[in-house]
Amino acid sequence: MSTRLAKGGRLIDRSQPLAFTFNGKPMRGFAGDTLAAALLGGGKSLLGRSFKYHRPRGLVASGAEEPNVLVGLGRNARFEPDQRATTTELFSGLEATSQNHWPSLEFDVGEVNNLLYKFFPAGFYYKTFMKPRWAWKHLFEPIVRQAAGLGEAPKEADVDRYEQAYAYCDVLVAGGGVAGLAAALKAGREGRRVILCEMTANWGGRAPVDGGTIEGLSPEEWVKTALQALEGMENVRIMDRTMVSGLLDHGYAIAYQRVADHTPGDGRPRHRLWRIRAGITQVATGAIERPLAFAGNDIPGVMLASAVRDYIVNWAVSPGDRVVIVTNNDDAYRTALAVLDAGLTVPAIVDARVQASGPLVQAVRARGVAVLEGRGVAKVLGRKAVKGVEICAQAGEGGAIQTVECDCVAMSGGWSPVVHLWSHSGGKLNWDETAAMFRPDATRPPTGPEGLALAAVVGAANGNLTLDAIAAEAGIAAEVEAEAPLEPVWTMPAGASDALKFKSFLDYQNDVKVSDVQLAAREGYESVEHTKRYTTLGMASDQGKLSNINGLAILSETLGQPIPATGTTTFRPPYTPISFGAIAGEARGEIFQPLRKTPMHGWHEARGVHWEPVGLWRRPYTYPKAGESHREAVNREIVNTRTNVGLLDASTLGKILVKGPDAGKFLDMMYTNMMSTLPVGKCRYGLMCSDNGFLMDDGVVVRLSEDSWLCHTTSGGADRIHGHMEDWLQCEWWDWKVYTANLTEQYAQVAVVGPKARKLLENLGGMDVSKEALPFMTYKEGTLGGFPARVFRISFSGELSYEIAVPANMGLAFWEALNAAGEELGVMPYGTEALHVMRAEKGFIMIGDETDGTVIPQDLGLGWAISKKKADYLGKRAQERKAMVDPDRWLLVGLETLDGSVLPDGVYAPAEGHNANGQRNTQGRVTSTYYSPMLNKGIAMGLVKHGPARMGEVIDFLGDKGAVIKARIVDPVFYDKEGAKADV
Amino acid sequence: MSEMILSALQGESHEGFVTVTEAGVTGMITIRADLGSAALAAALGGLGLSVPSPRGITQAGDKLLAWMSPDELLLACDYGAAPGIAESLSAALSGEHALVVVVSDARARFTISGPKADEVLMKIAPVDVATLPAGRMHRTRAAQVAAAVWRSGPDEISLVCFRSVAGYVMGLLEVSARKGGEIF
Repeated sequence: MSTRLAKGGRLIDRSQPLAFTFNGKPMRGFAGDTLAAALLGGGKSLLGRSFKYHRPRGLVASGAEEPNVLVGLGRNARFEPDQRATTTELFSGLEATSQNHWPSLEFDVGEVNNLLYKFFPAGFYYKTFMKPRWAWKHLFEPIVRQAAGLGEAPKEADVDRYEQAYAYCDVLVAGGGVAGLAAALKAGREGRRVILCEMTANWGGRAPVDGGTIEGLSPEEWVKTALQALEGMENVRIMDRTMVSGLLDHGYAIAYQRVADHTPGDGRPRHRLWRIRAGITQVATGAIERPLAFAGNDIPGVMLASAVRDYIVNWAVSPGDRVVIVTNNDDAYRTALAVLDAGLTVPAIVDARVQASGPLVQAVRARGVAVLEGRGVAKVLGRKAVKGVEICAQAGEGGAIQTVECDCVAMSGGWSPVVHLWSHSGGKLNWDETAAMFRPDATRPPTGPEGLALAAVVGAANGNLTLDAIAAEAGIAAEVEAEAPLEPVWTMPAGASDALKFKSFLDYQNDVKVSDVQLAAREGYESVEHTKRYTTLGMASDQGKLSNINGLAILSETLGQPIPATGTTTFRPPYTPISFGAIAGEARGEIFQPLRKTPMHGWHEARGVHWEPVGLWRRPYTYPKAGESHREAVNREIVNTRTNVGLLDASTLGKILVKGPDAGKFLDMMYTNMMSTLPVGKCRYGLMCSDNGFLMDDGVVVRLSEDSWLCHTTSGGADRIHGHMEDWLQCEWWDWKVYTANLTEQYAQVAVVGPKARKLLENLGGMDVSKEALPFMTYKEGTLGGFPARVFRISFSGELSYEIAVPANMGLAFWEALNAAGEELGVMPYGTEALHVMRAEKGFIMIGDETDGTVIPQDLGLGWAISKKKADYLGKRAQERKAMVDPDRWLLVGLETLDGSVLPDGVYAPAEGHNANGQRNTQGRVTSTYYSPMLNKGIAMGLVKHGPARMGEVIDFLGDKGAVIKARIVDPVFYDKEGAKADV
Repeated sequence: MSEMILSALQGESHEGFVTVTEAGVTGMITIRADLGSAALAAALGGLGLSVPSPRGITQAGDKLLAWMSPDELLLACDYGAAPGIAESLSAALSGEHALVVVVSDARARFTISGPKADEVLMKIAPVDVATLPAGRMHRTRAAQVAAAVWRSGPDEISLVCFRSVAGYVMGLLEVSARKGGEIF
């Protein structure tokens, strides 16, 4: 059983005890503990259940590579699943719950899977759930989904705050161990801008635990001195609790700062995601110890050798009184020394090598520990806790030679450099046969846009696994015990029987065993990427930090090929999972997305408006009065506008100023009709097509002066059309003398619409707005009610209408003045739905309703707006293509149901026969459809094959559930066909 | 008349570890022209301003002139003075291919003030604030919208965005300046 030792613990402060709970039971730890250390120190070694077989699991590691102990943290709005206990700092009041078991951690029904392991081999899902096909969707998937996953999703919205930040530096150092500190010192002394990130709260990496001397100092002293020096440099920024999680193209690094995970609710943002532009990134990310693949290597109490000494030295936690060490290298002997120094016992060291003789080995032998050479562990005894090990010959099949009782097994299969950041953006690796590890190839680094290296690797991440090698690379002096070479061991024992391999775990998190990888190889999986997906080796939140090298070594062995021929799976960011909160940053709630507001937005809101999103704008859809439905409100607004006067906030309309000696020529290219001949002071409706001929925008163009035009665009199209204009000016017609300016937001614009519109403006007082002074389709500048105004006599409703632009900062005051001046006339604001209905009553098209990117102006009866005189305009030649002049194209018509009902939107008119896919042929569709309160019936527009030639014909449309709706093809102008009302 | 003129947020302000404030109405004029033209230099010279170098800012009294692109300048001035200045510049450039237009109402201006003003900008804009000198206009984005920023005083950064997104930008600034959010 694990326990807290009475003395020691370099990271804990025994004067600060912290209370927390695990599965609701109160526990205590110390400041400086990780949750893992506190749990282990509190005697908890069974801490979770495995994913597939629900096997009892405990801690394997002490850091980011921990695969097993993922817990739920917090509760309600601060609940978060799948948090690694080894990287969770303990704080007072922490609440942790174990995962993936029912009804309890100690007794889990799901463990029945463990007895059925032979029925859950690699590719189980692919093999089992194939037939019958219908059953996947209706039976298997619901059950599998229920059983899958570890933690539970939070049910409440997160109350914490998250943010992102940008930083720039010459040198980014990822990792605050000896190599990282030395690299930062060197770059800092050269005067470069340095950012040094360490993912934990502690500096120095493994050195303080593993020992040696650096520049004559103990590692702890040296780290302290180095930090002090770095803190004194203005050009160096030091960040702990910050993991460089990804190194992307062009030296763009993502770092994840856990600002307040250990102080929840203190008012600070919980996480901060850094986006760092680094000249070069020094990858100093260390190395991860590999487990050994022997039977029962997942039983709680079997841990990495380095983790065992971490728990003892850093947190004064004993994983067990009797620690058997299983190794293929000298480094693990440091664990034996740490165990002995803590006053615990090492019943045996099981060394797979035939001979073990380095200085570390000698030091351990000198303290009376039995070193069993050429031996391996046949199996671990115990179920929820280690009871002992059966020892066998490493060369054999697993026949037990002796049994050793113990509480903990410390295993070491060698070390793998953490090459993730190096590999994220394309750095290449070489297989080092002697050290049995992949290490970065300095001649093939990830490169930036100039072809230069954007990363370098130092320290253990570069394969320099010993302190003296790390120091030598950094140009400093260090001393440490020499180590003899390791002996690669991929399975233990080498000839392990099937029964043992079924219990030899490679990937703890996904319950992948040696037998699974070998089965995949036998079934023809040769690519390591395919094997990964077939067996799930190296998937999920730990991404195979412990399992990948062992797994691919066994795959290579089974395939009979060298390890480099198998290669590694792709390393992808993030290094360890980062929170969704950090990814979203500030973009949530009110500022999830920019919301564009007109100057009158608040006025509309105060009157209970119902909004319609238009691009990022919100436009009033309708202004319902108390007790009124939206439809009733829309009808009221239409009737009032057509009989009295209505006001529309048209500020969102795009307004682009185009000026210059070549502006006329330019607009003739932009629009299908002629704009260069428009007289000053006149307005003309224009159509804009893409170079493929499709109608993309429309609006009224006004000639302001000899060399300047104002182009109105759709509300959603302003930025896009401005960009489109600049694109042609900058890339194609760069020698034309034309300037544009997007004035959309400079003006608040109000449409004053209805028979009493003129009266309203006269009430306001100012410029002459009579028919004589300001006829239909003209423009004048003047003042109205004291406001500087640009008045356009244009109409989208068929009524007498003035569109009036005033400076945006006066928009609200102007809108209020119009309401006041129109009170006696019954003025009411109207929204976009009334606008839509009124334009449909007049047969005016709407971009996005009648057009969908496949419609050309000719389809819409807009031939009159296409100049026949012009040599060219954008889209002209495209519109001459065969498909565009096909007489069978669907053309715009009006539609009226025989019973006066409103046609459903978007429905199709079926035609005779079926197409090649067995679908009904069609001959038309509805593009706009409304109830017209003026006509008291449904009106619609649609595109119908040969439509205008079929006036009066009744065709069928298909509604929901096969309903057939009969509609007559009619003229699309339903209201005031002569246009008498607008031109008064 | 002046009571009719309302800036987007009417001076809304928030106190966090720095103060973020909508700075009210500001006169702004977009000038598009050949920046090397003698007529332009003369016209601006009449205002005491010289054409700034790329990304640069020149100032004269309460007037500020910023380089926006190879053929675009932004002149900031008193709100009420903008139409008159634009008119006189237009007249002075009438013989040239040039566009001078008032855009005061299309914009909102904010100030971020306090010793840690830089840290607010770091959170919303991909700008190397440590190397952002005075006298420089930086066109960038504030999270999801276009913005321009410059150092407008000791411990003060000015930010300009479009008027319609003033509320969004205020939201960004408020949350980014909230106490406890100090970076360093």
